[in-house]
Amino acid sequence: MADTLVTVPGLNPPLGPELGDTIFETPGELGVVAEEGLITLNLGPQHPSTHGVFRMIMQLQGETVISATPVMGYLHRSSEKLGEVRTYVQGTVLTDRMDYLSPITTNWAYAMAIERLTGMVVPERAEYLRVITGELSRIQSHLVAVGTFGMDVGTYGTPLLYALRERESVLDLLSLPTGVRMNPSYIRYGGVARDAPPEFFTMLEHFLRIFPSKVDEYEAILSANEVFKNRTIGVGMIPPEVARAYSVTGPIARASGINYDVRLAEPYSVYDRFTWEPQVRYNGDCFDRYMVRIQEMRQSTLILQQALDSIPDGDIRAKMPKVLKPPKGEAYGRVEGPKGEIGFYLISDGTPNPYRYNCRPPSFVNLTCLSQIAVGHKLADAVVILGSFDIVMGEVDR
Amino acid sequence: MSLGDYYALHDFWLSIGQPIQNWLVGLGVPSWLVSTVYVIIGAITTLGLITIFVIIALWAERRFIARLQDRWGPNRVGKFGLLQSVADALKLLSKEIIRPALADRTLHFLAPVLILGAALMTWAVIPWGPGLQVTNLNVGVLYLLAFGAIPALGVTIAGWGSTNKYSLLGGMRAVVQYVSYEVPSGIVLVVPVLLARTMSLPSIVDAQSGPVWNWLVFQPTFFIGSFPVPIPIPIIGLVAFVFFLIAGLAETNRTPFDHVEADSELTGGFTTEYSGMQFALFFLAEYANAIAVGLLASSLFLGGYHTGLGEGFDALIWPLLPGVLVTKAAIIFLIFVWVRGTLPRFRYDQLMQFAWKRMLPVSVTLITLSALFASLTLLLAPYVRLAPGVR
Repeated sequence: MADTLVTVPGLNPPLGPELGDTIFETPGELGVVAEEGLITLNLGPQHPSTHGVFRMIMQLQGETVISATPVMGYLHRSSEKLGEVRTYVQGTVLTDRMDYLSPITTNWAYAMAIERLTGMVVPERAEYLRVITGELSRIQSHLVAVGTFGMDVGTYGTPLLYALRERESVLDLLSLPTGVRMNPSYIRYGGVARDAPPEFFTMLEHFLRIFPSKVDEYEAILSANEVFKNRTIGVGMIPPEVARAYSVTGPIARASGINYDVRLAEPYSVYDRFTWEPQVRYNGDCFDRYMVRIQEMRQSTLILQQALDSIPDGDIRAKMPKVLKPPKGEAYGRVEGPKGEIGFYLISDGTPNPYRYNCRPPSFVNLTCLSQIAVGHKLADAVVILGSFDIVMGEVDR
Repeated sequence: MSLGDYYALHDFWLSIGQPIQNWLVGLGVPSWLVSTVYVIIGAITTLGLITIFVIIALWAERRFIARLQDRWGPNRVGKFGLLQSVADALKLLSKEIIRPALADRTLHFLAPVLILGAALMTWAVIPWGPGLQVTNLNVGVLYLLAFGAIPALGVTIAGWGSTNKYSLLGGMRAVVQYVSYEVPSGIVLVVPVLLARTMSLPSIVDAQSGPVWNWLVFQPTFFIGSFPVPIPIPIIGLVAFVFFLIAGLAETNRTPFDHVEADSELTGGFTTEYSGMQFALFFLAEYANAIAVGLLASSLFLGGYHTGLGEGFDALIWPLLPGVLVTKAAIIFLIFVWVRGTLPRFRYDQLMQFAWKRMLPVSVTLITLSALFASLTLLLAPYVRLAPGVR
């Protein structure tokens, strides 16, 4: 019985209409018709491991997931519409609230789109500061991803607290140039908000010295753990063709063997001056996604060390008018965020407000393949798969 | 030490109670009434002990796990946060007990009572010292197995009676988990029974008196010929002990086997729809069970209340013997906490595979081996003998 219903995860087309037919039972409520012997489980929006207000309607046979229907929008704040009625500089603060675990990379994509609209030239020191704060954000975001993934796999919070301990020092570091711990709006068009104080660089140097040993600690408690391997290896495989079909980016795509990293595919800022290894793994399972993040943290420390050694003096902001009115046109700026490619598509009609303010949120795009990947797994695995996607609901719903 | 001395030690605690009993019977009080009162006093004392132990265990777990996780843990209520558990208990007492509108009234009420009741019953047969025990059953191990199976029923009806899908899944998992781990744990319990040739817990503990190599965890320990040096080859005892602890983890729903209330998957599992004191009863039962597993593992494998430094030493410190047992149990409990702070959760099909494919064959082999060793020593008696406890 079970054999006929369980599909090879990720390879078959999603079981759509015939089993998990989505209908509106009562007006305004999303009901899903359950077949005989199936349980409809409403996972979320208030659930400890949906990483925010994500909702998944699952059809279960026993504990096997027959279909998973994601429901999004519980954290919708109409950021894109708000961006249209605000000026370009005011639009920056909206980007902070999207990926709130790594706001600086989202700032960066938005600033890059504006700079492409206006043809602004960013001073070199500002570019270096962008790389340094951006890589620190990536480390910070990956730390939360690895730690909460440990929680999803069922640890009693030890990896999470280890990861949060280092995240604290990263946040302390980031608060020196940005002034705050969260929502910094640090990268703005034309440069960065302010210069980093000298003690930032000494503290960063100290952090880079100790951080690799801390990553070893996470590996000791997770990667080397037999139970963890049992739970993650071979679970939630995303074949490369599926990843491509859903335009998955970031660590998830790289874990599926797609060597795509915006920092290398379209080198922006000063990334072409640093040497590091893109992390690509080929199984596409939860373990690979976790390992890609672990290795990327190590690579980020390499980039940070090189940036720290070669940061030049100079201006941190380009010359710009009091009120920015970009010429008519459109531009797309994209950077490699911790979750994948963050893109901003702006259309200017020559006024101080953008005509269109559109974001390509990596979490949202990555999440679209979840309903296909989770099918055929156990309920416990569905939670692990969701955790390995590393979503931020602020970005998914905007 | 002669046999008479040994029984004198055995009756240390009885020697306090026996004269009073004789005196009361002499006054004309029926003896069944006196023994009933004795058992009731023992039960009430044990109940108080359980409460104190659970409060201390909760505090110890939170402090220890906090240190594992590089944080302080509760340190505000009382010295070193010692009163934190008391404060939590008071908070839970003052909270409203909520029953979902569609929940099955009887089952929803019965589940915590059943689980806690079964957890408390286990403590009745634990020998705290020589003759110090609520009741000495000659089928103590069988009794343990019987009451060890009841929490499965309690968890299942808690899951069913709550009419919550998370609770239901938790209840279904409970059946799977308890049934899977009852089997290896039941089989492993036969090993001390075979080695000590008794099902009564005090007799099993007595079989381990004397030097440390008499503990069942170090069995088989050989003495070849008249050679006085023990040769421990602990293939049976050690494996059985570790298996008993693993099965104990599974039966008390602790990480890595906490599927029944897996908080990252099922929010609260079978406890999702419980609040206030009903939830506290689940909590109390969980910790009472975890400590009981520690006490039983010490009694069955680690010599119980014996120090392992020889009978003379035990006789010297006889009022402290319950403390010896508690110390051993506390160490086992802290190992449980350590495991909880380190390991992720198994998936529940992996849990079943582990029970049926790994633990079951090994535990069956263990029984065969221990039976073999026990009978082999009878054959080779003058030349090879096992440690004295193994008769």
